Amino acid sequence: MRYVFTFILMYGFWVLLSGKFDTFHLALGFLSSLLVSFISSDLLFADTRVGGRMRELIRFIAFIPWILKEIFLAATHVALIALEPNMATLEPRLVRFRTRLKREISKVVFANAITLTPGTITIRISGDEFIVHALTRKTAGSLPGEMEERIGRIFGEF
Amino acid sequence: MPDFFVTMGVGLCILMFLTLVRAFRGPTAIDRIIGVNVIGTKTTVLLVIIGIVYGRVDMFVDISLAYALLNFIATLAAARYFQHHKELRETGFFLRKRDRR
Amino acid sequence: MNALAGTFVVLGFLFFIGTTLGLLRFPDFYSRMHASGKGDTIGAIFMLLGLALHNLSPFSWSGVFVSLKIVLILIFLFLANPTATHAIIDAGYETGVKPWTREDTP
Repeated sequence: MRYVFTFILMYGFWVLLSGKFDTFHLALGFLSSLLVSFISSDLLFADTRVGGRMRELIRFIAFIPWILKEIFLAATHVALIALEPNMATLEPRLVRFRTRLKREISKVVFANAITLTPGTITIRISGDEFIVHALTRKTAGSLPGEMEERIGRIFGEF
Repeated sequence: MPDFFVTMGVGLCILMFLTLVRAFRGPTAIDRIIGVNVIGTKTTVLLVIIGIVYGRVDMFVDISLAYALLNFIATLAAARYFQHHKELRETGFFLRKRDRR
Repeated sequence: MNALAGTFVVLGFLFFIGTTLGLLRFPDFYSRMHASGKGDTIGAIFMLLGLALHNLSPFSWSGVFVSLKIVLILIFLFLANPTATHAIIDAGYETGVKPWTREDTP
């Protein structure tokens, strides 16, 4: 199954990047994507279970507009702090907290989401402890917040 | 509207020079890596703008894609290299002076 | 369509200005990562989106392909930039750079 997925992905990339539709280029792409998917399909999809994947993918895609809005707010926040004359609200600090998320993929998505939301950036995950750098006092108080709930629901943990 | 894109490109160049100031001043090697990474992201966008100005987007977009990949790999390699460089860390090379604005 | 593309490009440029200012003015390396990680990602996304829209305006199939490639760069940057940010900040934490706090200044 994962051979098929890797092959479809690779062939899509080939067609997009070459942009030529004659027989020679299409056949060449077919052969090389077949080779790549035969050799290294276990790199891309390490987990062979396919069943619940589609539902997670759909919920994750529904999550993307919200994260885009958060990034927009985050960048505005950073730019406004950088424009202040003496940066009075800047009070950086390190925050440590424990997460309730268990699966690796949800931890990774949570860490990336923390990095992209206003005023916080993930430094390290060790076990289930997050080390986060917060830019102001207000953003340091907002962790872990509602985002953990959302991500837990996407990957079916809560 | 090529004039608009020329203006944007020149503006990006100015911003890249300002970022180069950060990459030049440091004070630590990690700060330099940040500066280079930010310049690389701006270059990716600048290459597409150059393509639009010259009317050859189809060619420049491939160069831009390759540059984005290269920039990502270079940043990761530099970060990993300095992370595992224990000698530098123990002699305190990174900590020699604090940047107090 | 062209006005929308121009708005996106200018918006992305404003975010780039914010990134550069933050990079120059913030006191320590961790705060600079905030500027580089967020402002750069959103600035590049907006600018590339605007350029992809501009590229569509005299409609042709090759133009659609080029726009799709620009969107591919955009998606790649969206995935790669937070990863690179995390790699750099982890390396800095590992080498023992102390975070700057408000109490350091008199």
